[in-house]
Amino acid sequence: MATLEATHAGSMPEPTGLQSVRRRLWRLKWGVAAGVVLALIVASAVLAPSIAGHDPLRVNIRHRLVPPAWMSGGDAAHLLGTDQVGRDLLSRILYGGRVSLVVGIAAVSISSTIGVLLGLAAGYFGRRTDWAIMTAVNIMLTFPFVLLALSVIAVMGPSLRNMILVIGVAGWPIYCRVVRAQTLAIREREFVLAGLALGMSHARIVFRQILPNVISPIVVIATLQIAQVIILESFLSFLGLGIQPPTPAWGNMLGEGRIYMLNSWWIATFPGLAIFLTTLVINLMGNALRDWLDPHMKL
Amino acid sequence: MKRFVGRQVVQLAIVIVGISILSFSILHVIGDPVVLFVQEGAPKEEHERFRKLLGLDQPVYVQYWRFASRAVQGDFGKSWYGDMPVLDLVMERMPPTIYLTFAGLAVALLIAFPLGTLAALRRHTIVDTFCTMVAVGGQAMPIFWLGIMLIIIFAVQLRLLPASGYGTWQHFLMPAFTLGAFLAPITMRLVRSGLIDVMSTEYIKTARAKGLGERMVVAKHAFRNACIPVITVLGLQFGQLLGGAVVTETVFAWPGVATLTVEAIRNQDFPVVQCAVVLLALIIVTVNFIVDLVVGLIDPRVRVGA
Repeated sequence: MATLEATHAGSMPEPTGLQSVRRRLWRLKWGVAAGVVLALIVASAVLAPSIAGHDPLRVNIRHRLVPPAWMSGGDAAHLLGTDQVGRDLLSRILYGGRVSLVVGIAAVSISSTIGVLLGLAAGYFGRRTDWAIMTAVNIMLTFPFVLLALSVIAVMGPSLRNMILVIGVAGWPIYCRVVRAQTLAIREREFVLAGLALGMSHARIVFRQILPNVISPIVVIATLQIAQVIILESFLSFLGLGIQPPTPAWGNMLGEGRIYMLNSWWIATFPGLAIFLTTLVINLMGNALRDWLDPHMKL
Repeated sequence: MKRFVGRQVVQLAIVIVGISILSFSILHVIGDPVVLFVQEGAPKEEHERFRKLLGLDQPVYVQYWRFASRAVQGDFGKSWYGDMPVLDLVMERMPPTIYLTFAGLAVALLIAFPLGTLAALRRHTIVDTFCTMVAVGGQAMPIFWLGIMLIIIFAVQLRLLPASGYGTWQHFLMPAFTLGAFLAPITMRLVRSGLIDVMSTEYIKTARAKGLGERMVVAKHAFRNACIPVITVLGLQFGQLLGGAVVTETVFAWPGVATLTVEAIRNQDFPVVQCAVVLLALIIVTVNFIVDLVVGLIDPRVRVGA
């Protein structure tokens, strides 16, 4: 902490100790609150079969387009109303969360694994390896992610597995860049030199000495990326290129609801709200995580 | 400067080749175009006939070379529907996309610069907190949902604006705002952090010490230098901006390249998809290239390093 105070002292009029503690707590409070909300969202998705009041696939044409319970004509049995074929919107949203969370976590696991390995290789070995990997990163970063995902899905056909694969494989450059930069710095440190002098293998140095030192930025990026993946997944489903109806996903519910927005605004509104809330709390948590792990991290 | 430009040009060429390989392999390596031509359940000979007809029996690098050498001459083939040269189809839809992109960029800057500057100068106050909240909220907003909400409010409920389409300035308002809201949060954060960094440098102290008014210090000395990271990152984000335009177009049925691409994907009209993807990527690369040059021109440190 002393060093932190010292580096700041010269640059900015620093608030008194008590103030800064309060400020830090205030910041953390947002993160904690976001974490609680996220835990609730995850729990409701996992427990969807037991807490949803209705079968998300059961069609009931006589109860179609019922508005939310608090509006006139609403039905207490359907808290958020029903969709164009009378399916309960709340139950569908609860189930839809499962898709988004699964895709988010699976895709991020794939892309962080690829990105970290390539980033370590680029940073540690340097020279041609570095050049080749960074050229690939540049190409991937130039390509709009959305277009890439769209065209690959169009060729491979829409399905849950394909979507996870495409988003996972296309998402690695961001991890690669950060890990490479960190590796470049750590490679020059004394303990790596000491390891080399002791005759450690490259693999051992990379995975036992360097990797543990680059974990915290990876954790932060991965958290923030889950939110981005959820938005991308919903967009693909929204276009009809992701999760196929009748399986409920926030994106395809939004897409179906768009057709009925003239009279029934709730069908498109609530799934979107679910996406917004989820990505918001994930982002807040990611930011809190960054502040907690390393306030100087520049991401 | 000459060496700097040379290096950038080499980089540019490599990226363009990489993009052409990427877009070629999406169709020819991951997918199999024959499946799209031949009816389901057709005999094997039929498959073989089409494979020969399309030149798919040759090695992949020969196929790529043929694709690339034609593409360089502007020949991306013909649409599988309607028999039009694909390039014409795509170019026809390019202007609306470019207008939308610039309108969105303008909106983003109009939101980001005042809020970012305010947040930086009133750091750690309620104003700063408010701006941060707007940024965090904006970053979590799925813009296709934002677009739909705007349509529901302004077109369906209030009947103030057209829900979709293209033509008058009213048609621009909602799409431009939607796209602007996509880019504004990150821009605002850059303006804020850039300005905060600059405000603590020695030359700002010098400017203050020689008795310049605070307004002059911010406007003349701080602001210009704070713009450098903003320009750099905005250049890099241009691809993201076009990606956002893709999303925005589909929501508002904007007659641009993105809606064309999505239609083509639905019809499995792959030459159109390929051409659109390559051209959009070319635009992005060019913009990045220009931004790099401009930044190199403004900031000599960039020229020497990297």
